[in-house]
Amino acid sequence: MSRGQTPSQTIGPFFAYGLTPEQYGYPLRSIAGADLRDPATEGAEITITGRVFDGEGAAVPDAMIEIWQADPQGRYRLPGSQGNRGFSGFGRCGTGSGPESGFRFTTYKPGRVDDQQAPHISVIVFMRGLLNHLYTRLYFADETEANLRDPLLSSLDPGRRATLIAELSAPGEYRFDIHMQGDRETVFFDV
Amino acid sequence: MSFRQRDWASHPPLIHPDYKSTVLRGPTKPLVPLPQSLSEVTGPVYGAESLGPDDADLTRNGRQGGASPGEPLGERIIVTGRVLDEDEKPQANMLVEVWQANAAGRYVHKADQHEAPLDPNFFGGGRCVTDGEGRYRFITIMPGAYPWGNHDNAWRPAHIHFSLFGPGLATRLITQMYFPGDPLLDLDPIFNATPLSARNRLVAGFDITTTEAGFALGYQFDIVLRGRCETPREGAS
Repeated sequence: MSRGQTPSQTIGPFFAYGLTPEQYGYPLRSIAGADLRDPATEGAEITITGRVFDGEGAAVPDAMIEIWQADPQGRYRLPGSQGNRGFSGFGRCGTGSGPESGFRFTTYKPGRVDDQQAPHISVIVFMRGLLNHLYTRLYFADETEANLRDPLLSSLDPGRRATLIAELSAPGEYRFDIHMQGDRETVFFDV
Repeated sequence: MSFRQRDWASHPPLIHPDYKSTVLRGPTKPLVPLPQSLSEVTGPVYGAESLGPDDADLTRNGRQGGASPGEPLGERIIVTGRVLDEDEKPQANMLVEVWQANAAGRYVHKADQHEAPLDPNFFGGGRCVTDGEGRYRFITIMPGAYPWGNHDNAWRPAHIHFSLFGPGLATRLITQMYFPGDPLLDLDPIFNATPLSARNRLVAGFDITTTEAGFALGYQFDIVLRGRCETPREGAS
């Protein structure tokens, strides 16, 4: 009574019309986009902007970034909750629709999901040339105290911890670049 | 509750030099183990309310009413299967998203420069939600093979891209389904990056009982997501 996991394969270069159609101007409704705001949700609005860099420092123009987060009160969307209305906690953005090869999410700052972890957003990275999606996490530079006490951040090599901290570039505006390789290689997790 | 780890004996490596794009894009440092918390065992929730009326019928959802209305060209096929976990538990009410090339091997994507015709009646993207037994079903067109720049005379075998969330963020999967007997499989560095013992899980089976007389050939393709570490106790919700 056991079956082996279906192997992962790359998302390839041509995902956009299927997974991020509205962002790229294709005639299909997107299930999720880069703006997670919801009229019934109150909280601090933030933007998260970044780029994905390959091993030669070139910005990757055909990556897809997904984010998953709790709402401003620290609650995750659960199956069946509110008839799937309200804040979804999920966003998708390709890096190929603008001139900068970047991604930009508009959302709310998540609340703390438990007593230990600092506020964070789960991030998944897909791209041509990546045979398995990669998990990472985004923490907030202005949560210094909470970040110091976060068990996962604390467990990391101090030299690599900064790769997970989104910098505050203006009030409510965070910068989060992802480096696939090199000295600043982002910490990716085996979840 | 948590999900079993990714089985790295089933998944391809992050850097596979025969697939050249992996060399600068796959991370070089080991992945850091992350104990699953609520952030990993919860995940995006999308059900039937996410679907449009013809989302699972790719022979209909791209038809245009303009200059050349009608059916897309190519061989109609039915692609169906079950979404299961490693314990063969059906995964009901799960979103399945697909995208593919048309019969000529051309994607609608603006970046696809392959000199093969677009089909005004075929879009190539679709989605559905699994039923109570974990089953999904698409009607589509047999995708064509197409050339790519990885190496001299490189051709991708015919395939359909699949994207699934499963019950939690940890069960997320994007994969490709291939067709049985395709001579390009043995030459494809993406397919062959997968460990040999797991490779055949990516190949659909032709199925005469799925095939509909006078209409379309049928293929079966089951998708197995990571299972749960603990079995919930009797009566637990």
